[in-house]
Order: sequence, then C-alpha cells, then structure tokens
Amino acid sequence: MRPFKYTRASDAAVAAGAVAANPNAKFLAGGTNILDLMKEDVERPNELVDVNRLKLSEIKEARGGVSIGALAKNSDTANHPLIRRNYPLLTQAIVAGASGQLRNMATNGGNLMQRTRCQYFYDTAMPCNKREPGTGCGALEGLNRIHAIFGWSDKCVATYPGDMANALYALDAVVRVRGSNGKERTIPVNDFHRLPGDTPEKDNNLAHGELITAIELPKSNFAKNSYYLKVRDRASYAFALVAVAAALELDGGNVRQARVVLGGVAHKPWRSAEAEAALAGRPASEESFRRAAEAALAGAKPLAHNAYKVELGKRAVVRALMRAARLV
Amino acid sequence: MPRYIGKEMSRVDGVAKVTGRAKYAAEFRAPNLAYGFIVLGSVAKGTIKSIDTSEAERAPGVVRVFTHLNTPKLGPKANTEYAPPRNAREQDKSFRALQSDRIYFNAQPVALVVAESYEQARYAARLVKATYDAEKHTTDTEAVRESARSPSQGPPPKPRGNPEEALKTAAVKVEAEYRIAMEHHNPMEPHAAVAAWDGDRLTIFDKSQEVYSVRRHLATTFGVPEANVTVVSPYVGGAFGSSLRPNYYPALTAMAARELKRPVKVVYTRTQMFTGHGHRPYTIQKIALGAERSGKLTSMIHTAVHNTSTFEEFSDNTTGFTRQVYACPNLFAPTLIAPVDLPTPTWMRAPGAVSGMFALECAMDELAYKLNIDPLELRLINYAERDPESGRPFSSKALRECYRLGAEKFGWKERRMEPRSMRDGRLLVGWGTATGVWGAFQSPASAKITYRADGTAHVTSATSDIGPGTYTVMTMIAAEYLGNRPEQVKFELGDTNFPRAPAQGGSQTTSSVGSAVHGAALAVAARLLALANQDESSPLKGAAPADVEMLDGRLRLKRDPSKSVQIPEVMRRNNLAEVTETFESRPSEERRKYATMAHGAQFVEVKVDPDLGRVRVTRAIEVTACGKIINPKASHSQEIGGVVWGIGMALTEATEIDHRFGRIMNPNLQHYHVPVNADVHEIETIFVEEDDTVVNPLGVKGMGELGMVGIPAAIANAVFHATGRRVRELPITPDKLL
Amino acid sequence: MKDDLDETSGAELSADEEALLREMPTLGEVGQARRTFLGQTLAGSMGLFALMLMEKEQALAALAAEPGAVFAAAPALENPVRVALKVNGAAKTLEVDSRTVLLDALRERLEMTGTKKGCDQGQCGACTVLVDGRRVLSCLTLAATLEGREVTTVEGLARGEELHPLQAAFIKYDGFQCGYCTPGQLCSAVGMLEEAKRGDVSHVTEDVTAPFKQLSDDEIRERMSGNICRCGAYPGIVAAIREAHTGRESARTWRFVEEEELARVRKELEADETV
Ligand SMILES: Cc1cc2nc3c(=O)[nH]c(=O)nc-3n(C[C@H](O)[C@H](O)[C@H](O)COP(=O)(O)OP(=O)(O)OC[C@H]3O[C@@H](n4cnc5c(N)ncnc54)[C@H](O)[C@@H]3O)c2cc1C
Ligand code: SF4
Ligand code: FES
Ligand code: FES
Repeated sequence: MRPFKYTRASDAAVAAGAVAANPNAKFLAGGTNILDLMKEDVERPNELVDVNRLKLSEIKEARGGVSIGALAKNSDTANHPLIRRNYPLLTQAIVAGASGQLRNMATNGGNLMQRTRCQYFYDTAMPCNKREPGTGCGALEGLNRIHAIFGWSDKCVATYPGDMANALYALDAVVRVRGSNGKERTIPVNDFHRLPGDTPEKDNNLAHGELITAIELPKSNFAKNSYYLKVRDRASYAFALVAVAAALELDGGNVRQARVVLGGVAHKPWRSAEAEAALAGRPASEESFRRAAEAALAGAKPLAHNAYKVELGKRAVVRALMRAARLV
Repeated sequence: MPRYIGKEMSRVDGVAKVTGRAKYAAEFRAPNLAYGFIVLGSVAKGTIKSIDTSEAERAPGVVRVFTHLNTPKLGPKANTEYAPPRNAREQDKSFRALQSDRIYFNAQPVALVVAESYEQARYAARLVKATYDAEKHTTDTEAVRESARSPSQGPPPKPRGNPEEALKTAAVKVEAEYRIAMEHHNPMEPHAAVAAWDGDRLTIFDKSQEVYSVRRHLATTFGVPEANVTVVSPYVGGAFGSSLRPNYYPALTAMAARELKRPVKVVYTRTQMFTGHGHRPYTIQKIALGAERSGKLTSMIHTAVHNTSTFEEFSDNTTGFTRQVYACPNLFAPTLIAPVDLPTPTWMRAPGAVSGMFALECAMDELAYKLNIDPLELRLINYAERDPESGRPFSSKALRECYRLGAEKFGWKERRMEPRSMRDGRLLVGWGTATGVWGAFQSPASAKITYRADGTAHVTSATSDIGPGTYTVMTMIAAEYLGNRPEQVKFELGDTNFPRAPAQGGSQTTSSVGSAVHGAALAVAARLLALANQDESSPLKGAAPADVEMLDGRLRLKRDPSKSVQIPEVMRRNNLAEVTETFESRPSEERRKYATMAHGAQFVEVKVDPDLGRVRVTRAIEVTACGKIINPKASHSQEIGGVVWGIGMALTEATEIDHRFGRIMNPNLQHYHVPVNADVHEIETIFVEEDDTVVNPLGVKGMGELGMVGIPAAIANAVFHATGRRVRELPITPDKLL
Repeated sequence: MKDDLDETSGAELSADEEALLREMPTLGEVGQARRTFLGQTLAGSMGLFALMLMEKEQALAALAAEPGAVFAAAPALENPVRVALKVNGAAKTLEVDSRTVLLDALRERLEMTGTKKGCDQGQCGACTVLVDGRRVLSCLTLAATLEGREVTTVEGLARGEELHPLQAAFIKYDGFQCGYCTPGQLCSAVGMLEEAKRGDVSHVTEDVTAPFKQLSDDEIRERMSGNICRCGAYPGIVAAIREAHTGRESARTWRFVEEEELARVRKELEADETV
C-alpha cells in the first residue's frame, strides 16, 4: 500500500472538491474493496478522502419510491422496513453477497463501484488491460471460468461481481451523483456501468470527483413476485458464478411485465430485454419461463472455460422466475 | 477402571484460546523488532537478470533489502538451495531463499525487504524491480505424464501375482481414470517467524509441527551447534502438513536478524503461502479392477502419477494403501512422479491415502454397479483378514464391525441401488460409502515428568498441538498414571528445551508422545517404589514396578490396594521435594510381526439440485476403529475436521495454474474455496474401540487423517447415486453436474 | 466448579497450579454428567498459558540492543493521523501511519494479539471485532477512521472474572481446534446475535418481508459463514451459539459402541456375511 494522505470530510462539497482536485485521490467509504486493492497495489491513490461521516446514509420515502443514501451500509439497507416491504428483491440480493461483517461495512455507493474479481486484475505480475491499459488481457486466453459470456471485448472479459446492483437494475433505480462543481445529476442505473470495449479501465460512467449521494428506487409493483438467485462454488461467502434477479408483475395467471437481470455474466449486470419481452403478456408458467430463459441466453458468447454459464444461466433464469411466481 | 482415559474432557488450553491469550508465532514481542516482507518473482523458470532495489532502499523506514546479491550463503554448501534430508542422518539441503539467481518456480522469493514498520516494508516490497531471463517452463502435470518415473527412494514397486493376466481373464472389469486438483493447506494462521540472535545463539518463534527439525535446519543453515538454537512454537493455528518441513521463511528471517543484529519478524501473506510450503500434488490415477461375478477381486492395477518439483523429489505414496485394503491375489500399484516447474509438493492431511482411496473407492463403487452388488457388500466380499501385502495378521481390525454398525445407524438398508431413485422434493438424494484406512504409526519420542511431593506434576515434550488436542490428551495420560488430577498436571510442548518428539504428522502423536508420557509416569512410580522399599518395613517389599500404581498421593499394590505407602512421606524421608524422570518410548519389536492399521467406514448423504448443480452434504457418519480413544470429545472434533476437509476436496477446493505463465492464479481465500459454515451439516462419529495390546502400551492408533480418507470417495459415490453422473475429477463444482 | 476447587485445594498448590486449576474450569466435566459452564470463572487477569509464554518473551525482552544493530535512516511516521478511540472500554490515543489498519494497530501497536490475521483481505473473518457494537473486519478498517469509535475485541468479551457465555459454550462444545479463528468467531457471534435480535434477515430467510422469527441452525450457519474455520469446527460453533442463544443443550453427536452391541454385531456377522 502506497503512502497516502488521509482526510476526513465533513461535507460533501469539500469531499468532492478534494477528490476532483487530485487525479490520484479517491473516496473512502466502507473500505472493503479499495483497501484490499491498495494492499495488492492494484489501486494506488495518494490521497483518500473519508466520506463516512457525511450525512448520506438516510433511507427514506421519496417521490413515491424510496431513496437510499450512498453511505448507508448494505446491512442497514437490506433490513430497512421500507426496503424489506417494498423491494424484497433488493434485500435478497444484498444478503446474498459477501458476509455479515462485510455488509456491516460496505456502503451502497461503494458496492456499485466495486471492481472485478478477475484473478489477473488482482495479480500485478500478470497482464491486465483494466489495471494497466495496454498490457493485454490475461483472462481472454487464460483461466476464464468465472468470466463474461456477454458483452466482452478482446480487451477485457471481466465481470462485474456484485449482487446488489443486479437487483437495482431490475428495479430501474436511478443513481444520484454530485459533481465537484456542486451540480447534481442522475444516472439511470442501467447506464451506470459500462461494457469494456476499448477502455476496460473504466468500469462506469462516473467522472473523477463525482460523489454518489443516493440511489433512488421508483415505486415498484414487483414486491409480491420477485426472487434473487445466486449460484456459487460454495454455499456462502463467494461471488456468483451466475446470479439472476427476477421480478414479475402478475395479472392473475399472466405476466403484465417482467424484469430479468443476470449477474456474473458480463462487465455489468446484464438486463435481458429479450427475456422480458418474451414474458410480457404470457402466462406465468414453467413453459414460458423456459422460453424466456432461451431468449435471455441466446446471444451468449462463452469463452474457453465458461460455456457452462450458458446452460446454468438458462436454468437459473427458469428457477428464479419460478420462485418469483411462487410456482416452487 | 481408568479415571480419565476414555472420558470426554474439554481442552485445557480452551480458556487461553477463547480469551485471545494463546500466543501464536507472529505474536511474540521482541525489542527493536524490524518487519520483513517477502518479494516474489514473476517467471516460472530461468534466472534473475537484474534486480533493482534502489527505490525500495530509499523508501522511508527501510532498513535493508536482501536479494541473492547481498544475502550470505547459507547452509552446508554454497548455492545448494534444495534437496531436504531423507532421513535424520542425511545432510539438510532444503530450499533456502535468495541463494542464487536461479528461478525454480513462479512466485519464488527474490527479495526480502526489512523496514521499521509493517506498512513500510509492505510498500517498499512493491518497489523492488526484477527482470528475468525466462526459460521454457512446464507446470502442467498432464503434459509430462508420460515421462513420470518411480521415486528413487525405496525399492521400485513389484507386482503381486500376475495382475495383467488376471485382468484379461476377469469376468467383470472396471477401468477408469481419476483426477485430483492441486490443493493447498490454508491453515488459518499464516506461517510466521520472529527471530532474535544473542551473539551466536538464536531464539526463534515459529509455526512448526516439529521444533527439532527446524532447529536442525537452522543450525546447519547458520553453521552453529544445534544447542545454540531454540525453537519455540507453543500454539499453531492449524498446519495440516504445511509445517512438517522447515519452510524457507525461518532461515530467511533468522538470516535478516543476524545481518541486521536485531530481531526480525516475517509473516507470509495468504498469497505467499501458496508457494511457501508445498501443496497436495495434482494427481492422475488410472485404475483397472477385475472381478469374478461373485464380486471377488481377481486383479487390481492402480497407477498414480503426480507432480514433484524439478529440484526435489516428493512422493505422496498415493497407491500405498491400495495394497492393504482388499484381499486380492494379483495387484500392481505404482506411484510415479513427474517433475514440473512448481514448488515441491508436501504432505497434506491424509497425504496419499485420501487421493489414492478416492480413486480406489470410486472404482469399487463402479464395480459394484457393474456387478449389481450393494457397494458395502462388495467391500465385505473382499475383506482382508490379513494384510494382503505382507501376509501378517492385523494387530487389530474391527472394520467389518464398522461397516455393519455404520450401515445400521445410517439406515443403509433403505438405500435403493438405482441412481436417481431417491428424492427430497426437487432435490436428488444420494447415499455413498467408502472405506477409510491409515497406518497406526509410532515413532521414538521422549517426555520428562517432574512429580512433586504435593502431587502436582510438570510434564514436557517437544511435540506440538496444531489442533488435535495434544495439550489435553497428554495431561489426561499423565494424570491417569500419576494418579493425580488433571488440574495438578502442567503439560508444555513446542520448545526445543523439552525432550525430543517426532513431528506432529501422520496421526502418530498420541501413540508416540502418549507412550513417552505414559512411560515417564511409570518411571516415576518405579522410582518411588525403589525409594519406598529402602525402608525395611515398606508394605510394598518385594513388589516389582509393574505391580504398583499411583493414586491420589499413594503408591499401592494393584492387586491389593490396601498395601500402600504415602508418596509425600516417602519423598520427605528421602529429602526429596520432587522426582524427575525422562523416558524415551520406541515402537516395540512385537509390532513387526503384525500389520498395524486404523480403519473406518464412512457414510454420507448428499442432496443435489439437479438444475443448478449444487451439492450439499447433508449427513455424514464416521465409524472409526482406531484402538483406544483417549479423549472422545477432541477425537470427534478430529473426525468432524476430516469430513469438512473431505467436503472441501470433493466439492470446492482446487489450486488453479495458468500454465502459460506457470503461475498459481487463485492464491487467496476468495478464489480458493475452502468450505464455510453453511457447507457443513450433521456429522456423527461412532467409535468402535479395539483392544490392541500390540500397537503400543496405550493401545491407541491415530485418527486425525483417518477421518478424511474415505470422505471424498463417499461423496463422489453419493453424487453418482443421486444423479447417475460419475464425476471422476475433483472438485465436483456446479458446472460439472449440469 | 466451586466444589471441584474445594476438593483439591486441600493439597498445597503452588501459584502456578492454582492458576492452572482456574484455567481449566471444564475439568470437572471428566467422568461426570454434562454440565453448564455459563458463568464460569476466568483466571484472574493473567491465564497460566499466557504466563508460560510470558517467561519466554521476557527472556527475549531482556536482550539489549546489539552494538551495530542496523536501523533505518529516517524512520519517522509517514502521513501520521491522530485518533482517539476506545478499545475494550479503555481510552487510547494513537498516532498512526495513515496506512495502518485496525488489525495491525491492535496487534503491532497496542500489543493486543487476540485479534487474528488470517488473510488481510476480508476473505476469512479471523480479524472480526466489534466497532460500536457491530461486527466488522479489522483488516479492512483503517485505524484513522475510528476517531471517537468504540472497539471491542476478544480480550474484551469476558466480564471481569466471568467468561462470556459464548466463550464458555465454545469450550463446552469444542467449537475450535487450533483456536486461531476463534477470536473472530466469537466476536462475529456476539455481533450476529445482536443482528438476529434486531430482526435482521439473512440469505436463507424464507420470507424477507415478514418479521424475522427464529434463528434456526441453518440461519446460524449462513450468518456465521463469513468466519472460516479450517479445522472445520463448524458443528461445535453452531451448537455453542445455539446454546448461548436459546439455553438449549445440544445432544452429543458421538458415541462409543457398547460391549453388548459389539458382541451382537460380531455374532450376526458370523451368521451372515452381509450388511
Ligand atoms: C471477501 C469479499 C467478498 C465479497 N463478496 C461479495 C459478494 O458476494 N457480492 C457483492 O455484491 N459484493 C461482495 N463483496 C464486495 C463488497 O460488497 C464491496 O467491497 C463493498 O460493497 C464496497 O463498498 P465500500 O463501501 O466498502 O467501498 P470502498 O471500498 O470504500 O470503495 C470502493 C470504491 O468506490 C468508491 N466510492 C465509495 N463510495 C463512493 C461514493 N459515494 N461515490 C463515489 N465513489 C465512491 C471508492 O472511491 C472506491 O474506489 C465482497 C467483498 C469482499 C472483501
Ligand atoms: S478480463 Fe479484464 S480484468 Fe481480467 S485480465 Fe482481462 S483485462 Fe484484466
Ligand atoms: S484477516 Fe480480515 S478477513 Fe481475513
Ligand atoms: S479452530 Fe482452527 S481454524 Fe478454526
């Protein structure tokens, strides 16, 4: 870990300003991702601006939906009555991730910002375009069992590893950010993360110095019929091989509208418009769920070691929809 | 009737461990301590072309940066970095870091940065820049499989009977190939040493399973008499074989401390552990079984190939137990090794046995299905009444009873043979079984007892307690034979100031060190008897040491307890405040006439989600026949540990190498998956005690390894039973079951 | 335990033995019916095992710095940050390198080595402590962020002479072997039980919209999955937490085969070579 200047910010403007002023400065929230990466010399900030004491951890009703503070802890968010009642999908997604201790530390903003778990990204002796642009992608022709099957480029095949964001994508959340100039803007969460393309070093569309202040959830009709499914290499405390955030709005036995988001398959949560279209207006049945699953995975392009994700993805979509529809 | 042996007892070190007072290697303080941080290389083979330490040296707090260029030559011969001794007499040439520019494996240590603080050392380590002349490397055992050869150690394996011929004519055959991923021990405590010199005397706190071997290693490394080196290792946070050999870091730490004339601490990072202490080798096994229609085995051909390093030979003896499990007249079971550019493998819990038995016990299951004979039945049909290898009788073997009792308890009768025939809702249920086997080993060991007139005793032996409960069991044995209470016994271990004991490995501690403590206690009694009988009027006149026992401060005749003397009085009469005896126990001659082995039957239930490929081990029963059980509570914990390790090996653990770079790519606990709490469910142990008067005076056999041996096979067999899928490659991750 | 103490204290015990005796509160269990250890006493302020090791350390501490010992030219603290915090109730003011994580501050600066380092990357849980009552990982917590916070480590769980019920239950159910993950397990369990009491849900909670009711074994397993135990002591850990939580004793999961049973089985095996 390189030496760095530590400052404790007491107000958002100062925090954003401080980071904006120094290209090598970063925000410090829960620290669970950035400190790990700093120890590994993957992240090398020379200044950390501690935002933990900013008053940005409120969870409250807003605009018919709910606004969750960027600095609210994952565990407090998951267990907030407003979330549990209205957005159980989000609760399930959060508690499927990491561990009790980590969720007590991790903030919602930091969680959206978490970086990939690609092994090559973590090992500074290995090539990795995301960590060190131009060095090549170690995983493309290396070990890529845990890598992407959608949307990758030959520059990077990493996945976004988080769980919470998969639910946020399904719930059409909006990310509220504050620029160093004090201006606020909102980014629909679907546009928050990027595909790797030629610039895999960029995970998302946040500008340097922009501070996430809140995540806003619009009013949702999915509370009754949603499910978060996570398949991993052990029962808990592991990242997803494949995850599915499924949400249905039912009208009798029919699907009025649906959300299907796959996690662990792309550089960002992979929302499947194809699957959602295949479900809308159809009966909530295993058969139509299967069709939706086929549609969801139809465009998948697996790598040498992750073809299983295609089949696993299909089955996971079916299972998640079945659970959401309460058919199993 | 024993007072303590065989009764459950909580750990005597329990309070120390739950309050955080137990001190592990990295936790010892020393004045003026400096922190070392290891720098790892980045090619798999070749030489270091250049190494630039200038930036690191300029970093704040840095005391010195050691590389091969400025590190004194260590060890008996300059430039010998490898080849550990094969026995106690042979010279110790085990791998020492920073001795030349030669690179033998990726992530080999190339520098040690020492600084005033841990943070400073860690940072400066990143500033060391090395370049290499890389050479073509091979890390894939599959690629060198054909060139595998017999280890040069020991006689080349000879076939029994004519296995090839017998296989050809066998009525039923199974031929299959099995693979086991490379695995790492990953004890929770990272390896660490704190070294301090006082002139040419070295004190080192180390994580070790054998303090004497570390002492010898360091004495040869630094050319000082062994007596000058004190190795202390009172608590070990798990090791599982990873601290059986002296790893490279104690010498590195002591070197830095000597050069800098101040104490130095070096702690492996989790990542450094993956190339810092060896691993369970990647193992490919080919098995051919031939049998009569009745199920009787007529031929067994079991060939294992696993990796070793290019600079040392390591054999896991994968197929060793294959020769002793089933009665079969025709057999060939060689273990071959193939050098690759990786660190040398080492023993890892149930070494060889768990790998070999995975293949053999899966093949037996496959054979059972071919024959349509119940898998347990098949094992009984081929039960070995005598050791098939040597023809000697077993000193004891209650395996048949284990099979039967386990089957009863598990409800095996309810099992339907057909795969995919049992369900729990959407989940497929599978029941599998396998045999566990391990040697009842014993090595020479010594213990010293000082017994005081007040009934208290101080007992020492340089063994270790990596978790099995050695502190507790030795306390119990001492109290049993000194006739005092466990709370009057203070047992200490893990220090070269104590009498020599073997490595805590191979499940031999209780048999070896326990026998020494037992012997020392009897020696105390004999001494007291001699003292008592100096008195003409002693009621014990004429009694031999074997006729007496100590109990509650009295020495008394076993067959007539009314004849006794007060020990404090005897001691007072002789002006003695304490009596000290050291005893060395050795394996008896008698043992040679027998095969001495521990056995067990292991049963597991799995539930498999057929859609998602998720496997849960919902139930496991260990039925264990390993002589006498001293402390059933800790023994049960050992069996539980064996099951958890079996779950890891079967379902989650694999060290992954990118062979293009020859580099381990998952050297951490996020990508290397050891089982977590949610992976583990009910585990039961049934002890079938054996009266074994041959193995050792206490009648104990080891059990730490035994409990793991059959589990991976039992799980794989249960997965087959549940799903109809025979996965022959561990670990069985969800992708393999889709 | 009191009775056992009285029984043996007739014999003259050295200070060491007395310490040992108190160190081993569970010995009374030998050969007796199972008993509860909740509320057992803890050996004064310094346990015997610590004493034994203290001697070794003290021998070292007596070592004078050797002439010629090498030190860094400018070992001054970089980016120093002052923090005032409480550790186990005691106020501490530290000046730390900004890079120092709480785990290293405890182990290397405050000489409180009860909290363990297993991975230093958030991947094992060995370093779990409580900050303001919540379980967190000290390896990923910068010490600098702790101004005004209250840290509780394993050293702070016992109440004076009394082991924390979870500590006692871990001993009773053999919820550890090597003991290295144990401090983290204990702190994690303390925090976890608070979370459950508050009604927090987990990954295995069937209906997260309903009030959380019961901490089943599966709930305990899931909620404790952030603490890896390589010795595999999980069943004992679950039993210990269950008892500390509910007061319910767990049945033993091991047994000896009795003589008669063995005799029966042997006879049956003679008659019939099948299972
Ligand atoms: C072992 C382990 C396992 C894990 N498993 C999972 C899992 O299964 N699923 C899962 O989803 N996650 C998992 N996590 C990830 C964890 O959830 C993230 O590390 C965490 O959410 C990051 O949040 P933080 O507050 O700690 O962020 P920090 O580490 O403090 O920050 C991360 C990044 O975000 C930036 N940042 C933080 N807050 C803001 C803000 N408000 N505005 C702008 N930028 C900001 C920081 O500058 C930094 O670059 C795991 C983590 C670990 C260590
Ligand atoms: S997949 Fe992306 S993160 Fe991984 S090595 Fe390639 S470029 Fe780096
Ligand atoms: S040391 Fe903190 S989680 Fe492993
Ligand atoms: S007790 Fe050894 S790791 Fe848990």
